[in-house]
Amino acid sequence: MDTDQIKTALAGLRPQLLRFAKLQLRSEAQAEDAVQEAMLAALAGAGKFAGAAQVKTWVFAILRNKIIDELRRRAREGNVADFAPNDDEGEDFEELFDRRGHWDEPPVAWADPERALENSQFWVVFEACLDGVPAKPGRVFMMREILGLETEEICKELGISASNCWVLLHRARLGLRECLSRRWFGDER
Amino acid sequence: MMNCKEATRLMSQELEHKLSFGTRLGLRLHLLICRGCRATERHFAFLRTAARRIGSPQA
Repeated sequence: MDTDQIKTALAGLRPQLLRFAKLQLRSEAQAEDAVQEAMLAALAGAGKFAGAAQVKTWVFAILRNKIIDELRRRAREGNVADFAPNDDEGEDFEELFDRRGHWDEPPVAWADPERALENSQFWVVFEACLDGVPAKPGRVFMMREILGLETEEICKELGISASNCWVLLHRARLGLRECLSRRWFGDER
Repeated sequence: MMNCKEATRLMSQELEHKLSFGTRLGLRLHLLICRGCRATERHFAFLRTAARRIGSPQA
């Protein structure tokens, strides 16, 4: 592909890249910067790409690394101790379980979740649910599952223990499960 | 017998590292009798599939 073709491909990908970056960074300005840089870096690779699919894979990989760098920078500069879960977002989940630790409302199976993945509206809901997870569990979940970092690395970056990390992931998963049940899989309760 | 809160904690942890044999056994026994937790286990797996697709979108 020549430079013009890559430019066209990148322009088409921009909204998707921006959504991805905003979700991770939760800052419009920093997301714009990261996407801009990723697009420029991809453009520098002109000539290497056989097709639009390769450009997409490549630019997403660059953006992912930029986001990880930015999160690392924040962890270094910010007060990472803040990342240890505190009491109000610890292991209580009293809104989900009764005093004996049994479900207040037991979850039910989702109908055909694989098909949801093919529905663009599902992704809007999924991202809204991710946004709705409290900041710390949300951050750890995204580092783990979207950016694909290992738990060990996340602990190191955020300066928390492995068990803190697991508590936050558990919290995020329960919250997301609940949110998708209500907002997508039609659990009318 | 383990309760649902503990079972969901272990199911989440099982996505991070291998549980000990005894813990796994306890969890499996709980899942055998608890439909809500069986659904939750599949939901957790689905969350992983969906989230990974955001990070590496298919062309």
